[in-house]
Amino acid sequence: MSVSSWAWLVLLFPLLGSLTIGLGFRVLPARAAGIIGTGAIALAFACGIGALLSLLGEDPEARHHASSLWDYASVAGLDIKLGIFVDPLSVFMVLVVTGVSTLIHLYSYGYMQSDAGYRRFFAYLNFFVFSMLLLVLAGNFVLLIVGWAFVGYASYALISFWYRRQTATRAGMKAFVINVVGDIGLTLAAFLIFKELGTFEYGEVFHKAPEVFQTNEWTITAICLLLLVGAFAKSAQLPLHTWLPDAMEGPTPVSSLIHAATMVTAGVYLIARTHTLFELAPTAADIAAFTGLATLLIAGTIALVMTDLKRAIAYSTMSQIGYMIVGVSIGAYGAGMFHLMTHAFFKALLFMAAGSIIAAMANEQNIDKMSGFGKAMRFTSIAMVCGGLALAAFPLTSGFFSKDEILAYAEARGGMYLIFTVLGYVGAFLTAIYTFRLIFRILPGRPCPEAQELIDTGHVHHPHGAPVNPATGEEEDTEVGFPGAEHHIAEQSWPMKAAMGVLAFLALVGGLVQVPGFDDVVDAFLEPVFHDSALAHIHPTLEADWIGLTIGGAISVLGIATAYFFYVAQPATPAILQQRLRPLHTLFVNKWYFDEAIEFLVVRPALAIGRFANRVFERVVVDGLVTGTQDTVRGGGSVVRAVQNGFVRSYALVLIVGFAGLALYFLLSAS
Amino acid sequence: MSIEWYVVLSALLFAIGATGILIRRSPMVILLCLELMLNAGNLALIAFSRMVGNEEGQVFALVVMVVAACEVVIGLGLIVAIFRRRLPLNVDDLRELRG
Amino acid sequence: MEAVLFFLAAIGALGGAVGVVAMRNPFYSVLGLLVHLFSLAVLFLLLTSAFIAAAQVVVYAGAVMVLYIFVVAYVGGGGESAWEPIPGQRFFAPLLGIAIFVELSIAVLGSALLALDTDGPEVGAGFGNPASIGEILLEKFLLPFEVSSILLLLAAVGAIVLANRKAPEEAQ
Repeated sequence: MSVSSWAWLVLLFPLLGSLTIGLGFRVLPARAAGIIGTGAIALAFACGIGALLSLLGEDPEARHHASSLWDYASVAGLDIKLGIFVDPLSVFMVLVVTGVSTLIHLYSYGYMQSDAGYRRFFAYLNFFVFSMLLLVLAGNFVLLIVGWAFVGYASYALISFWYRRQTATRAGMKAFVINVVGDIGLTLAAFLIFKELGTFEYGEVFHKAPEVFQTNEWTITAICLLLLVGAFAKSAQLPLHTWLPDAMEGPTPVSSLIHAATMVTAGVYLIARTHTLFELAPTAADIAAFTGLATLLIAGTIALVMTDLKRAIAYSTMSQIGYMIVGVSIGAYGAGMFHLMTHAFFKALLFMAAGSIIAAMANEQNIDKMSGFGKAMRFTSIAMVCGGLALAAFPLTSGFFSKDEILAYAEARGGMYLIFTVLGYVGAFLTAIYTFRLIFRILPGRPCPEAQELIDTGHVHHPHGAPVNPATGEEEDTEVGFPGAEHHIAEQSWPMKAAMGVLAFLALVGGLVQVPGFDDVVDAFLEPVFHDSALAHIHPTLEADWIGLTIGGAISVLGIATAYFFYVAQPATPAILQQRLRPLHTLFVNKWYFDEAIEFLVVRPALAIGRFANRVFERVVVDGLVTGTQDTVRGGGSVVRAVQNGFVRSYALVLIVGFAGLALYFLLSAS
Repeated sequence: MSIEWYVVLSALLFAIGATGILIRRSPMVILLCLELMLNAGNLALIAFSRMVGNEEGQVFALVVMVVAACEVVIGLGLIVAIFRRRLPLNVDDLRELRG
Repeated sequence: MEAVLFFLAAIGALGGAVGVVAMRNPFYSVLGLLVHLFSLAVLFLLLTSAFIAAAQVVVYAGAVMVLYIFVVAYVGGGGESAWEPIPGQRFFAPLLGIAIFVELSIAVLGSALLALDTDGPEVGAGFGNPASIGEILLEKFLLPFEVSSILLLLAAVGAIVLANRKAPEEAQ
């Protein structure tokens, strides 16, 4: 089969899965929904492999195909097709997305088993995978926007999955609104591209752009900045990042799939895809890189003091995506995509392990209340440690090779870009510390009551009385479902164990595909996509690569040791540091006051405008217009009504007046 | 007398009849004024018939008389019916059909 | 001679008409109309329309007016109040009457009818006789004749319906 056919099949299976489960949810038994959902994505993964093999069988220069199903809008000057674009970059993303999604579906099969919304969950999750694949495979900007918007919707539906919880619905709305801001940026960029280049198709756009635009011309810079608005909203970079921590209200598989491995990487994919445009606007690319760097550091500092387990991991995601954005903005496309892949592995794994622990804690997410799970849940702890090592870039894990490749590239580019290398290593240090802060808090030590119950009885702790949201005290709705002890832990569920096991393996050895000096799988595969780029040909020397790796490894070990010192050896140290550095600590705990700033700068004025619109504009102008028209008509009507007074003689009068007038007219016209 | 005298007389009678309809309030009298107008028309018809030298105008006037008779029958029947229902015999008081 | 008769009849007709419009008592209006009708019959005779004059007296002044007198006698009828509920009616009515008269006169006198200021052509002795009227009526205008007889039938049926004694308040 041709590459394009494989690609269309990849799109078809998740869509079918979503429709089947969505339409048949009343008749399907619960297990069937899970099997159909997981099966659909597994089939999509198989087709992705098929596409890969077909692609590899082709000449490297010819590895780009545009295929369209039908013309969506073909009018004067406008030609939008429902078409996909298959090249190594999209196939890479397809494999990552479908591969990790299959494992997460498998995990959800076990984890969400007793949840009241089991079938709805799989329908939404399949729809999400379909949208993400649409985004990745889109062949023109219009279909990209369609996929972008679908993904935003799927994210909203899944974040507010337990839709009777106040916190969940608010988080869903927040995520959606901020995503819409990004959508606007992306749409405006697409419009500008059409205006300047006359087309939406990727092939034509990237071909014409270098001819039409001069470097750093304001139009191309504007286009790239608008693309960045979209990318930053989707990938949760500053300043459009505030939705990601709140998005942890969704079920853990959702956090693991959407907010770690796939949706948030859409921004990275966008920049990599439109790299031709970014290379024509170096200013915009630099802005992207510096924003990524800022996010990296700020998110790292917040994660240091975060006490909610899932939110801490969310900030870690934000930070790692900062690395990826830095990578694709400065020209390290292969390295950035490589880090995307490895990050998908270990972050999804970390979230899965966190889900297991939170289920054991009956939905308590505060790490201050957790300890001793190393003894209570062996498998989960080992998985968590594997993920943590990869995240902290411990030598020879996947994160080690991918993260340091980006930093080595920055060094090779030299000049101003050395700052990325230096601060990148600072960020890596922070990463190691906060990751192992979590691990050393939760796993070793004396078991907390819930862990003790697990050790003693082998059952998960169930709280007494009506289920309550531990964070807000709000009572939960059992009809729709809620996070809690209904969810399963890995030790008791083989699908969860299988998924986590595969990911743990990949997290540890996945980096071996791109060891400097030995093999170059990812870079070589993506080479045809970026061969027209000037930046992609800058390679760090072998020595520089290995020096970078050594420094990175050293920093990672140092970070782990520091965390060990703070949280195991001398547990009193954090409290002392907190006292000494109180202002800094307050800043970090309040997440650098971004939420407050947005509330003040955006939300309040918007509400004020809304109130003004309601009180003044709506009541006075609009209502006035409508009522005024109504009154005019009524008034006119009552004037005309006066003629019908019921007097026969006045009717006769009018009649004779008419007759006389007519006669007069004829007399005058005859004379 | 030449024909024009008759025709002008007919016009005058017609005008008087029209004025009567506009002024009087009793349905009886309004019907009588209607008769005036009809007869004025008859006079004009006969005068023109004499002017042309043809008797067709007279036949026309005959038919007009028939029509007037029918109309009078119905009109008077209405008046009697109104009187029997003890409604006021005043065109101004019978004004239910109004906007 | 003819002129004298014309003026007498004209004054009678006008006087009768004014009487119909101006009298307060409906009975006097009916009498005014009677005078008017007789005067019109004289005018018809002056126009050599003997049959029509006779029909006028017999049918109109005879049958129709008698009908009116019966109804006036039954209904009675007093005067009408002086107050005019419709604003402007009393002012416009005479004006309109004058307007109509003037317009009609101008229309007729200013028209191009050549024979208007003559006495009409010479007509034979049988002009306006029942024989000639009957001939035209039953030959040339047969259809209008039949239709008007149907109209009379309709009027008779209508009168019977209207005169139906079962008025609502008398149904008990």
